[in-house]
Amino acid sequence: MATGYFFSHRHILGIDHLSPEDIDHILNTAESFKEISARPIKKVPTLRGNTIINLFFEPSTRTRLSFEVAAKRMSADTFGISASTSSATKGETLIDTARNIAAMHPDIIIIRHAFSGSPHLLARHVDAAVINAGDGTHEHPSQGLLDMLTVREHKLRLDGLKIAIIGDILHSRVAHSDILGFTSMGSQVYVYGPATLIPPDLDKLGAVVCSSLKEAVQDADVVMTLRIQKERQNDPLIPSFREYAQCYGVTREVASWAKPDALIMHPGPINRGIELMPDVADGSQSVILEQVTNGVAVRMALLYLVMGNS
Amino acid sequence: MARSVVIKNGRIIDPVNDVDGIADLLILDGRIAAPGDAVPDDVECIDVSGCWVVPGLIDMHVHLREPGEEYKEDILSGARAAASGGFTGVACMPNTRPVNDCRAVTSMILTQAAQASCRVYPVGAISKKSRGESLAEFGEMKEAGIVAVSDDGLPVRDSQLMRRALEYASDFGLAVISHSEEPSMSHGVMNEGVVSTRLGLKGIPAAAEAIMVYREIALAEYTGQQVHIAHVSTAMSTELIRSAKARGVQVTAETTPHYFTLTDEAVDGYNTNAKMNPPLRSEKDRQAIRQGLADGTFDAIATDHAPHSILEKEVEFDQAMNGIIGLETSLPLALALVRDGHIDEQQLISLMSTNPARILGLEAGTLAVGAVADVTVIHPDLGFTYTEDQVVSKSKNSPFLGWKLQGRAVLTVMGGAITHNLLQ
Repeated sequence: MATGYFFSHRHILGIDHLSPEDIDHILNTAESFKEISARPIKKVPTLRGNTIINLFFEPSTRTRLSFEVAAKRMSADTFGISASTSSATKGETLIDTARNIAAMHPDIIIIRHAFSGSPHLLARHVDAAVINAGDGTHEHPSQGLLDMLTVREHKLRLDGLKIAIIGDILHSRVAHSDILGFTSMGSQVYVYGPATLIPPDLDKLGAVVCSSLKEAVQDADVVMTLRIQKERQNDPLIPSFREYAQCYGVTREVASWAKPDALIMHPGPINRGIELMPDVADGSQSVILEQVTNGVAVRMALLYLVMGNS
Repeated sequence: MARSVVIKNGRIIDPVNDVDGIADLLILDGRIAAPGDAVPDDVECIDVSGCWVVPGLIDMHVHLREPGEEYKEDILSGARAAASGGFTGVACMPNTRPVNDCRAVTSMILTQAAQASCRVYPVGAISKKSRGESLAEFGEMKEAGIVAVSDDGLPVRDSQLMRRALEYASDFGLAVISHSEEPSMSHGVMNEGVVSTRLGLKGIPAAAEAIMVYREIALAEYTGQQVHIAHVSTAMSTELIRSAKARGVQVTAETTPHYFTLTDEAVDGYNTNAKMNPPLRSEKDRQAIRQGLADGTFDAIATDHAPHSILEKEVEFDQAMNGIIGLETSLPLALALVRDGHIDEQQLISLMSTNPARILGLEAGTLAVGAVADVTVIHPDLGFTYTEDQVVSKSKNSPFLGWKLQGRAVLTVMGGAITHNLLQ
């Protein structure tokens, strides 16, 4: 790390506001925390006395658990709230909820919300540090960072790689954070999926939009598939899972187009047999469970770093 | 209240009467008097050297929220905002609660408006409750005082109903104003493009507007009737209107200051004061709108003044209501078009007074001798910063807060009575 570097972020709202130096620093910090999870007593006192609130407006299993495990391994006190977004029009507003929580003086609020930009709104109205645990179809920065950590551990670098992301790019906050992160670190992200699921002007964010599965996967260092949903809000996106599996699913053959040592990744939860075939998901190149392990380390690093700026 | 005043030494710009020159404007008993008429000694004289004296500005598209949502705006507060922005008349859209779809609501609006500091021209609904199912009673609403019909806020989904509305409205000389939006493509919350991709917000494509604009043009062309397209936001729609006009279709159109001033970049940071429908578009669209103003494709600049309180705006971007206030910033933003050389002074006055009066069939938009004295005096260079504490409207939802603006109305006169005066 260059001398004079200082991690200056109070909130983690997205990869879009992190510099390559910031990303490096977060990944280095996460790497140094990994061994804590390998100890017999998996706990350090770093965040003792700090209060962390998990504010989840959307169902989540692994992200929520991962943040909770990360916080507890740092000895923070954690509290979880599951709220429903459907009550937004008749019940309490997000800002009122936030102010009530803020009145209890938490140090960090981790928010998951169905609407893009909700963590930004929260950050404008509370004193606590805000970490975005996924907002709508915008970003999922901790997932992007754990993906980068996983790739870096295997490839020993994050520049000059070909990262293929296959599937529903339009609705994927993970794809969004990965495109921004890997591109910022000097790799090239190639995306492919049904044209109905590729957002407009994606190339302007630095991604290469491919016209075939082969173009995307050929000689890739990483092949990442995304969870597919057939329909959203009456918007017909694909005719059937059956056809999706045939045309866009990553099979053993598709995976063989990538480099022999390519990594197979998926942010989960997987639709086995649709976007990713079971033999590929469970094959020797798959690092899907390492992603989960690294998630805890990255989230420990984020909690530690934002507390350093409180 | 004094209804006589002499406005001295201003540059009188009155496009409909082909007047542009320095002169005094005499107003006696609420009407424009001839230059040589005798002026009683006690009549107030106001020197407006360096200013433009123009027919009172008319905003043909506002939401005054009364009846039903008076916590956002009411007729009197909206009219005060209008007067301070230089407007002597506004046409208020019918999407109130209840909808203005009958004589009772129209009459209620006009009763309130009798005390207002600008003229209020109600627009009636096209369909009962604006549900798009059956025609509202245009004849009865016309008798009560409406100047046009529209289901603004919603498109008329049923093409046959829209066709019948154009035909039936012609019996009463009522303009039909279309909110052009293909509903099946309009579930988004901002313009579809690179910014919606970056922010992860669901987009509304430019085609959603253009598809419906084309339907309205086709209906107007087929029936030979007139249609007015509200709040045009895209290059595609502008081109459709331009080519329809060129082949003689009876179509008129308005755009708004936000479409010729801002782009969807203003949404950055999830700014709900940049959320409206139609949404702010791309730079290419903004340029096309400016070109359309310059070449006469657009007949009017309207604000789509849409007050919302913080209850509707200090929320998640997806949940925020559409719309921004505009009455107090419309003229300054339009004056920037004149300074930039996109339009000249006569075009500005046509767009903001003469043409809206013509489209709505109003006795306004002229400084002819004998005309009702609705007059706006504009200082074209007066600079000011538009801050929240000086907003006259009840609601403060403007993306232009904090902007340094140049040029504004310094005197507004309605029927000879002063409704706004910065010259004291």
